[in-house]
Amino acid sequence: MNWYFYASGIVAVIAALMVVTRANAMHALLYLVTLFLAIASVFWTLGAPFLAALQIIIYAGAIMVLFVFVIMMLNIPNEAQRERTWLRSLIWVLPAFLVLILLIQFVVAVGTKGAPAGAVIASKAVGRSLFTEYVIGVELASLLLLAALIAAFHFGVLPERLETSDD
Amino acid sequence: MISVPTNHALILAAVIFLIGAVGVTARRNLIFVLMSVEIMLNATAIAFIAAASKWHQPDGQVFVIFILVTASAEVAVGLTLFLRIYHGWKNLDADEVSLMKG
Repeated sequence: MNWYFYASGIVAVIAALMVVTRANAMHALLYLVTLFLAIASVFWTLGAPFLAALQIIIYAGAIMVLFVFVIMMLNIPNEAQRERTWLRSLIWVLPAFLVLILLIQFVVAVGTKGAPAGAVIASKAVGRSLFTEYVIGVELASLLLLAALIAAFHFGVLPERLETSDD
Repeated sequence: MISVPTNHALILAAVIFLIGAVGVTARRNLIFVLMSVEIMLNATAIAFIAAASKWHQPDGQVFVIFILVTASAEVAVGLTLFLRIYHGWKNLDADEVSLMKG
């Protein structure tokens, strides 16, 4: 099972390098998703299947959607033309290839009944530790999320719109 | 079955963290700076998972959950601020917006 860790790590390093060196933000985002998926499979190999699932749901799901929304909001002109050039420019081939490597590794690893290398720490143990020893951390995390929600809501409203809504 | 050496996982975390740190210092577009910060947070998560797997304790994974919470809060507030900055300055250059006024 060691080879699975090293292959995912190489994919992660390549994806991280591509994120940092891209000029176009949308192209960098494609590699960022690849990086998150590669890191999820690294988690899986290191015996943390629960965290691998969380990584995919939260990072590759929720946070990426936020990034995509904001980048799309920042440059809207000429939608159809841009879509056409993106489909033609084949920029998606390398990220798709890297994700395909990850998928093939995962299928082979699961198909050959290869459990993650090392001991798996069950999600039950994580949950028990989270809600006994670290319960104050959970409370603080919920406060942080509430504060972030209020801050995002406050900054999201433009000032001129705020003034008109007062009366 | 041979498990992954902890050293190698830590080296992987260090390499990815370094790439993220270079990104934060070298890029001037604020979106790329935020993406590089995300890369650095993921690298620290790998280090925590490697430590949890070495000592067979769930504590490392608990801290990765806290990293996830912090990252999502940071991205939500950061991207909202970027929208405001873009509305005011019409670009996202970190050097352009270095002057603040209350």
